[in-house]
Amino acid sequence: MENFDLGHISLLIGFLLILVGFWGVLTQKNIIKIIVGFTILNTGINILMVSLGYVKGKTAPIIDNAVAQTGNHDVSASVVDPVPQALVLTAIVIGFGVTALMLAYAMKLYNAKKTLEINKFNDLKW
Amino acid sequence: MLRNTLLALVILVMGYMFYNVYSNYETRTELSGISQHFTAQGAEEVGAANIVTAIVVTYRGFDTLGEVTILFLTASIIAFFLKLKDEDYESSIDHRATSELLVTASQILIPIIFLFGIYVFMNGHLTPGGGFQGGAIIATGVALMILATPNIKLNYHVIHWVEAVSGVSFVIIGILGIVLAGGFLDNRILGLGEFGTLFSAGAIPIIYSFVGLKVGAEISNILNKYQKSQKEKV
Repeated sequence: MENFDLGHISLLIGFLLILVGFWGVLTQKNIIKIIVGFTILNTGINILMVSLGYVKGKTAPIIDNAVAQTGNHDVSASVVDPVPQALVLTAIVIGFGVTALMLAYAMKLYNAKKTLEINKFNDLKW
Repeated sequence: MLRNTLLALVILVMGYMFYNVYSNYETRTELSGISQHFTAQGAEEVGAANIVTAIVVTYRGFDTLGEVTILFLTASIIAFFLKLKDEDYESSIDHRATSELLVTASQILIPIIFLFGIYVFMNGHLTPGGGFQGGAIIATGVALMILATPNIKLNYHVIHWVEAVSGVSFVIIGILGIVLAGGFLDNRILGLGEFGTLFSAGAIPIIYSFVGLKVGAEISNILNKYQKSQKEKV
Protein backbone atom coordinates (compact mmCIF):
# COMPACT_ATOMS: atom_id res chain seq x y z
CA MET A 1 0.00 0.00 0.00
CA GLU A 2 3.02 2.29 0.19
CA ASN A 3 2.92 2.89 -3.57
CA PHE A 4 -0.75 3.80 -3.78
CA ASP A 5 -1.00 6.37 -6.59
CA LEU A 6 -3.25 7.32 -9.51
CA GLY A 7 -2.22 4.28 -11.52
CA HIS A 8 -3.31 1.93 -8.73
CA ILE A 9 -6.58 3.79 -8.16
CA SER A 10 -7.62 3.65 -11.81
CA LEU A 11 -6.50 0.02 -12.10
CA LEU A 12 -8.66 -0.85 -9.07
CA ILE A 13 -11.68 1.04 -10.48
CA GLY A 14 -11.21 -0.70 -13.82
CA PHE A 15 -11.15 -4.16 -12.22
CA LEU A 16 -14.18 -3.37 -10.04
CA LEU A 17 -16.17 -2.12 -13.04
CA ILE A 18 -15.26 -5.26 -15.00
CA LEU A 19 -16.53 -7.44 -12.13
CA VAL A 20 -19.75 -5.39 -11.77
CA GLY A 21 -20.38 -5.53 -15.51
CA PHE A 22 -19.69 -9.27 -15.66
CA TRP A 23 -22.01 -9.88 -12.70
CA GLY A 24 -24.73 -7.83 -14.44
CA VAL A 25 -24.37 -9.78 -17.69
CA LEU A 26 -24.56 -13.11 -15.85
CA THR A 27 -27.41 -12.44 -13.41
CA GLN A 28 -29.83 -9.97 -14.99
CA LYS A 29 -32.98 -11.19 -16.72
CA ASN A 30 -33.95 -8.03 -18.57
CA ILE A 31 -32.24 -7.61 -21.96
CA ILE A 32 -31.75 -3.86 -21.50
CA LYS A 33 -30.07 -4.50 -18.15
CA ILE A 34 -27.78 -7.07 -19.79
CA ILE A 35 -26.79 -4.43 -22.37
CA VAL A 36 -26.08 -1.96 -19.55
CA GLY A 37 -23.89 -4.68 -17.99
CA PHE A 38 -21.96 -4.98 -21.25
CA THR A 39 -21.36 -1.24 -21.42
CA ILE A 40 -20.11 -1.18 -17.80
CA LEU A 41 -17.75 -4.08 -18.65
CA ASN A 42 -16.58 -2.12 -21.68
CA THR A 43 -15.94 1.02 -19.63
CA GLY A 44 -13.99 -0.99 -17.06
CA ILE A 45 -11.72 -2.45 -19.73
CA ASN A 46 -11.14 1.01 -21.23
CA ILE A 47 -10.19 2.47 -17.84
CA LEU A 48 -7.86 -0.49 -17.32
CA MET A 49 -6.08 0.12 -20.63
CA VAL A 50 -5.66 3.84 -19.99
CA SER A 51 -4.32 3.18 -16.48
CA LEU A 52 -1.69 0.80 -17.88
CA GLY A 53 -0.29 3.76 -19.84
CA TYR A 54 0.05 5.90 -16.73
CA VAL A 55 3.56 7.04 -15.88
CA LYS A 56 4.16 8.20 -12.36
CA GLY A 57 3.76 11.94 -11.80
CA LYS A 58 3.42 12.83 -15.49
CA THR A 59 0.78 14.93 -17.21
CA ALA A 60 -1.52 14.50 -20.23
CA PRO A 61 0.21 14.11 -23.62
CA ILE A 62 -0.76 17.55 -24.93
CA ILE A 63 2.13 19.92 -25.49
CA ASP A 64 1.35 23.18 -23.70
CA ASN A 65 2.82 25.31 -20.91
CA ALA A 66 2.35 22.63 -18.24
CA VAL A 67 4.44 20.14 -20.23
CA ALA A 68 7.15 22.69 -20.98
CA GLN A 69 7.55 23.59 -17.29
CA THR A 70 7.71 20.10 -15.78
CA GLY A 71 10.18 18.36 -18.09
CA ASN A 72 12.78 21.00 -18.91
CA HIS A 73 11.34 21.23 -22.45
CA ASP A 74 11.83 17.50 -22.99
CA VAL A 75 8.34 16.32 -23.90
CA SER A 76 8.99 12.61 -23.54
CA ALA A 77 10.13 13.15 -19.94
CA SER A 78 6.92 14.88 -18.84
CA VAL A 79 3.91 13.08 -20.37
CA VAL A 80 2.12 9.76 -19.88
CA ASP A 81 2.04 7.10 -22.60
CA PRO A 82 -0.18 8.33 -25.49
CA VAL A 83 -0.38 4.98 -27.34
CA PRO A 84 -2.87 3.21 -25.01
CA GLN A 85 -5.04 6.33 -25.08
CA ALA A 86 -5.12 6.26 -28.88
CA LEU A 87 -5.99 2.54 -28.82
CA VAL A 88 -8.76 3.13 -26.25
CA LEU A 89 -10.29 5.66 -28.64
CA THR A 90 -10.61 2.83 -31.15
CA ALA A 91 -12.03 0.55 -28.46
CA ILE A 92 -14.66 3.13 -27.46
CA VAL A 93 -15.85 3.48 -31.05
CA ILE A 94 -16.12 -0.29 -31.43
CA GLY A 95 -17.93 -0.47 -28.07
CA PHE A 96 -20.39 2.09 -29.36
CA GLY A 97 -21.00 0.00 -32.49
CA VAL A 98 -21.58 -3.15 -30.46
CA THR A 99 -23.98 -1.37 -28.08
CA ALA A 100 -25.95 0.13 -30.97
CA LEU A 101 -26.28 -3.30 -32.58
CA MET A 102 -27.36 -4.91 -29.29
CA LEU A 103 -30.04 -2.24 -28.85
CA ALA A 104 -31.33 -2.85 -32.37
CA TYR A 105 -31.54 -6.60 -31.62
CA ALA A 106 -33.34 -5.86 -28.34
CA MET A 107 -35.85 -3.77 -30.26
CA LYS A 108 -36.45 -6.61 -32.73
CA LEU A 109 -36.82 -9.13 -29.88
CA TYR A 110 -39.32 -6.88 -28.14
CA ASN A 111 -41.33 -6.49 -31.34
CA ALA A 112 -41.40 -10.28 -31.73
CA LYS A 113 -42.61 -11.26 -28.23
CA LYS A 114 -43.62 -7.98 -26.54
CA THR A 115 -41.33 -8.75 -23.62
CA LEU A 116 -37.70 -8.16 -22.69
CA GLU A 117 -37.44 -11.05 -20.19
CA ILE A 118 -34.65 -13.29 -21.47
CA ASN A 119 -36.31 -16.41 -20.00
CA LYS A 120 -39.28 -16.02 -22.35
CA PHE A 121 -37.05 -16.49 -25.39
CA ASN A 122 -36.83 -20.28 -25.11
CA ASP A 123 -37.61 -21.31 -28.69
CA LEU A 124 -34.31 -23.14 -29.07
CA LYS A 125 -34.60 -24.89 -25.69
CA TRP A 126 -35.62 -28.55 -25.55
CA MET B 1 -29.43 -22.00 -5.75
CA LEU B 2 -26.79 -24.03 -7.60
CA ARG B 3 -26.79 -21.40 -10.32
CA ASN B 4 -26.21 -18.57 -7.85
CA THR B 5 -23.37 -20.47 -6.17
CA LEU B 6 -21.71 -21.09 -9.53
CA LEU B 7 -22.07 -17.42 -10.46
CA ALA B 8 -20.57 -16.32 -7.16
CA LEU B 9 -17.72 -18.77 -7.72
CA VAL B 10 -17.03 -17.40 -11.23
CA ILE B 11 -17.01 -13.81 -9.96
CA LEU B 12 -14.80 -14.76 -7.01
CA VAL B 13 -12.26 -16.56 -9.21
CA MET B 14 -12.18 -13.60 -11.57
CA GLY B 15 -11.75 -11.24 -8.65
CA TYR B 16 -8.89 -13.38 -7.32
CA MET B 17 -7.11 -13.30 -10.68
CA PHE B 18 -7.56 -9.54 -10.87
CA TYR B 19 -6.27 -9.19 -7.32
CA ASN B 20 -3.08 -11.01 -8.26
CA VAL B 21 -2.53 -8.71 -11.24
CA TYR B 22 -3.31 -5.68 -9.09
CA SER B 23 -1.00 -6.59 -6.23
CA ASN B 24 1.92 -7.16 -8.62
CA TYR B 25 1.33 -3.94 -10.54
CA GLU B 26 3.92 -1.25 -10.30
CA THR B 27 3.36 2.17 -11.80
CA ARG B 28 5.69 2.79 -14.71
CA THR B 29 8.30 5.46 -14.36
CA GLU B 30 9.23 5.90 -18.03
CA LEU B 31 7.73 5.53 -21.49
CA SER B 32 8.18 2.53 -23.76
CA GLY B 33 10.32 2.85 -26.89
CA ILE B 34 7.70 3.66 -29.51
CA SER B 35 5.94 6.14 -27.21
CA GLN B 36 9.25 7.89 -26.63
CA HIS B 37 9.62 8.39 -30.35
CA PHE B 38 6.02 9.62 -30.69
CA THR B 39 6.29 12.12 -27.85
CA ALA B 40 9.78 13.38 -28.68
CA GLN B 41 9.36 13.67 -32.47
CA GLY B 42 5.57 14.09 -32.73
CA ALA B 43 5.50 17.87 -32.48
CA GLU B 44 8.21 18.20 -35.10
CA GLU B 45 7.01 15.56 -37.57
CA VAL B 46 3.25 16.07 -37.34
CA GLY B 47 2.89 19.53 -35.78
CA ALA B 48 -0.03 18.61 -33.53
CA ALA B 49 0.04 19.74 -29.89
CA ASN B 50 -2.18 16.83 -28.89
CA ILE B 51 0.04 13.78 -29.33
CA VAL B 52 -2.90 11.36 -29.06
CA THR B 53 -4.40 13.06 -32.12
CA ALA B 54 -1.07 12.82 -33.92
CA ILE B 55 -1.06 9.06 -33.28
CA VAL B 56 -4.73 8.50 -34.12
CA VAL B 57 -4.80 10.55 -37.34
CA THR B 58 -1.29 10.29 -38.74
CA TYR B 59 0.90 7.56 -37.24
CA ARG B 60 -2.01 5.11 -37.02
CA GLY B 61 -4.24 6.77 -39.63
CA PHE B 62 -5.09 3.45 -41.21
CA ASP B 63 -6.59 2.37 -37.89
CA THR B 64 -8.84 5.42 -37.92
CA LEU B 65 -10.02 4.56 -41.41
CA GLY B 66 -10.87 1.12 -40.00
CA GLU B 67 -12.80 2.70 -37.12
CA VAL B 68 -14.83 4.83 -39.52
CA THR B 69 -15.50 1.70 -41.56
CA ILE B 70 -16.70 -0.14 -38.44
CA LEU B 71 -19.13 2.70 -37.66
CA PHE B 72 -20.37 2.64 -41.24
CA LEU B 73 -20.80 -1.13 -41.00
CA THR B 74 -22.80 -0.74 -37.76
CA ALA B 75 -25.10 1.81 -39.38
CA SER B 76 -25.54 -0.45 -42.43
CA ILE B 77 -26.34 -3.54 -40.34
CA ILE B 78 -28.87 -1.57 -38.28
CA ALA B 79 -30.45 -0.22 -41.48
CA PHE B 80 -30.62 -3.76 -42.87
CA PHE B 81 -31.94 -5.15 -39.61
CA LEU B 82 -34.66 -2.61 -38.83
CA LYS B 83 -35.82 -2.54 -42.50
CA LEU B 84 -37.46 0.88 -42.61
CA LYS B 85 -39.62 1.77 -45.59
CA ASP B 86 -40.14 5.28 -46.91
CA GLU B 87 -43.54 5.57 -45.23
CA ASP B 88 -42.01 4.64 -41.88
CA TYR B 89 -39.96 7.84 -42.02
CA GLU B 90 -43.19 9.79 -42.53
CA SER B 91 -45.10 7.99 -39.75
CA SER B 92 -45.87 9.67 -36.48
CA ILE B 93 -46.62 8.02 -33.17
CA ASP B 94 -48.94 9.09 -30.38
CA HIS B 95 -46.67 9.93 -27.53
CA ARG B 96 -47.10 11.33 -24.07
CA ALA B 97 -46.82 15.12 -24.17
CA THR B 98 -43.19 16.16 -23.70
CA SER B 99 -42.57 18.41 -20.74
CA GLU B 100 -42.40 22.16 -21.20
CA LEU B 101 -38.99 22.23 -19.54
CA LEU B 102 -37.47 19.80 -22.03
CA VAL B 103 -38.89 21.60 -25.06
CA THR B 104 -37.81 25.06 -23.93
CA ALA B 105 -34.38 23.93 -22.78
CA SER B 106 -33.77 22.04 -26.01
CA GLN B 107 -34.43 25.16 -28.07
CA ILE B 108 -31.70 26.98 -26.18
CA LEU B 109 -29.29 24.06 -25.83
CA ILE B 110 -29.31 22.44 -29.29
CA PRO B 111 -27.47 25.27 -31.14
CA ILE B 112 -24.92 25.48 -28.32
CA ILE B 113 -24.39 21.70 -28.38
CA PHE B 114 -23.85 21.74 -32.16
CA LEU B 115 -21.42 24.65 -31.82
CA PHE B 116 -19.51 22.85 -29.06
CA GLY B 117 -19.33 19.68 -31.16
CA ILE B 118 -17.91 21.64 -34.09
CA TYR B 119 -15.41 23.34 -31.75
CA VAL B 120 -14.31 19.96 -30.39
CA PHE B 121 -13.58 18.42 -33.79
CA MET B 122 -11.98 21.58 -35.23
CA ASN B 123 -9.57 21.79 -32.27
CA GLY B 124 -8.77 18.09 -32.08
CA HIS B 125 -5.07 18.73 -32.73
CA LEU B 126 -4.76 21.31 -29.92
CA THR B 127 -7.09 20.30 -27.09
CA PRO B 128 -8.52 17.02 -25.78
CA GLY B 129 -11.09 15.90 -28.31
CA GLY B 130 -11.30 15.17 -31.99
CA GLY B 131 -13.53 13.88 -34.72
CA PHE B 132 -15.17 10.98 -32.91
CA GLN B 133 -15.83 12.97 -29.75
CA GLY B 134 -17.14 15.98 -31.66
CA GLY B 135 -19.38 13.76 -33.76
CA ALA B 136 -20.75 12.10 -30.63
CA ILE B 137 -21.49 15.54 -29.10
CA ILE B 138 -23.36 16.58 -32.27
CA ALA B 139 -25.35 13.35 -32.06
CA THR B 140 -26.35 14.14 -28.46
CA GLY B 141 -27.87 17.35 -29.85
CA VAL B 142 -29.87 15.25 -32.32
CA ALA B 143 -30.90 12.91 -29.49
CA LEU B 144 -32.16 15.90 -27.49
CA MET B 145 -34.07 17.08 -30.57
CA ILE B 146 -35.74 13.66 -30.91
CA LEU B 147 -36.59 13.55 -27.20
CA ALA B 148 -38.12 17.04 -27.26
CA THR B 149 -40.18 16.52 -30.43
CA PRO B 150 -40.65 12.76 -30.92
CA ASN B 151 -42.41 13.14 -34.27
CA ILE B 152 -39.67 15.28 -35.79
CA LYS B 153 -38.89 14.40 -39.40
CA LEU B 154 -35.14 14.60 -39.85
CA ASN B 155 -34.19 14.99 -43.49
CA TYR B 156 -32.41 11.67 -43.88
CA HIS B 157 -31.31 12.45 -47.43
CA VAL B 158 -29.16 15.29 -46.05
CA ILE B 159 -27.77 12.98 -43.36
CA HIS B 160 -26.88 10.33 -45.97
CA TRP B 161 -25.20 12.89 -48.21
CA VAL B 162 -23.15 14.44 -45.39
CA GLU B 163 -22.05 10.96 -44.38
CA ALA B 164 -21.14 9.85 -47.90
CA VAL B 165 -19.35 13.05 -48.93
CA SER B 166 -17.27 13.28 -45.75
CA GLY B 167 -16.35 9.59 -45.92
CA VAL B 168 -15.18 9.89 -49.52
CA SER B 169 -13.30 13.13 -48.78
CA PHE B 170 -11.44 11.41 -45.94
CA VAL B 171 -10.21 8.71 -48.32
CA ILE B 172 -9.37 11.27 -51.03
CA ILE B 173 -7.22 13.25 -48.56
CA GLY B 174 -5.53 9.98 -47.66
CA ILE B 175 -4.76 9.26 -51.33
CA LEU B 176 -3.53 12.85 -51.84
CA GLY B 177 -1.02 12.00 -49.11
CA ILE B 178 0.45 9.28 -51.37
CA VAL B 179 0.73 11.70 -54.30
CA LEU B 180 1.94 14.86 -52.56
CA ALA B 181 3.70 13.61 -49.42
CA GLY B 182 5.17 10.51 -47.82
CA GLY B 183 2.31 8.03 -47.84
CA PHE B 184 -1.34 7.23 -47.26
CA LEU B 185 -2.96 9.76 -44.85
CA ASP B 186 0.27 11.76 -44.51
CA ASN B 187 -0.75 15.13 -43.08
CA ARG B 188 2.06 17.12 -44.69
CA ILE B 189 0.10 17.77 -47.91
CA LEU B 190 -0.50 21.23 -46.41
CA GLY B 191 2.14 23.25 -44.59
CA LEU B 192 2.54 22.41 -40.92
CA GLY B 193 1.94 26.05 -40.01
CA GLU B 194 2.71 27.70 -36.70
CA PHE B 195 2.70 25.21 -33.84
CA GLY B 196 -0.29 25.55 -31.51
CA THR B 197 -2.60 27.58 -33.80
CA LEU B 198 -5.89 26.47 -35.32
CA PHE B 199 -4.52 26.23 -38.87
CA SER B 200 -1.55 24.05 -38.10
CA ALA B 201 -0.63 20.36 -38.21
CA GLY B 202 -1.23 20.11 -41.96
CA ALA B 203 -4.30 18.11 -42.92
CA ILE B 204 -5.26 16.97 -39.40
CA PRO B 205 -7.99 19.62 -38.76
CA ILE B 206 -9.51 18.87 -42.19
CA ILE B 207 -9.40 15.10 -41.71
CA TYR B 208 -10.88 15.40 -38.22
CA SER B 209 -13.63 17.73 -39.47
CA PHE B 210 -14.65 15.13 -42.04
CA VAL B 211 -14.47 12.36 -39.43
CA GLY B 212 -16.56 14.47 -37.05
CA LEU B 213 -19.23 15.19 -39.67
CA LYS B 214 -19.31 11.53 -40.68
CA VAL B 215 -19.60 10.23 -37.12
CA GLY B 216 -22.23 12.83 -36.22
CA ALA B 217 -24.29 12.00 -39.31
CA GLU B 218 -23.94 8.27 -38.73
CA ILE B 219 -25.04 8.34 -35.08
CA SER B 220 -27.90 10.71 -35.92
CA ASN B 221 -28.96 8.28 -38.63
CA ILE B 222 -28.94 5.37 -36.13
CA LEU B 223 -30.95 7.40 -33.59
CA ASN B 224 -33.47 8.40 -36.26
CA LYS B 225 -33.86 4.75 -37.29
CA TYR B 226 -34.48 3.68 -33.68
CA GLN B 227 -37.13 6.37 -33.34
CA LYS B 228 -38.88 5.66 -36.64
CA SER B 229 -38.94 1.89 -36.23
CA GLN B 230 -41.38 2.13 -33.33
CA LYS B 231 -44.46 0.59 -34.84
CA GLU B 232 -47.13 0.57 -32.18
CA LYS B 233 -48.51 3.47 -30.20
CA VAL B 234 -46.63 4.19 -27.01
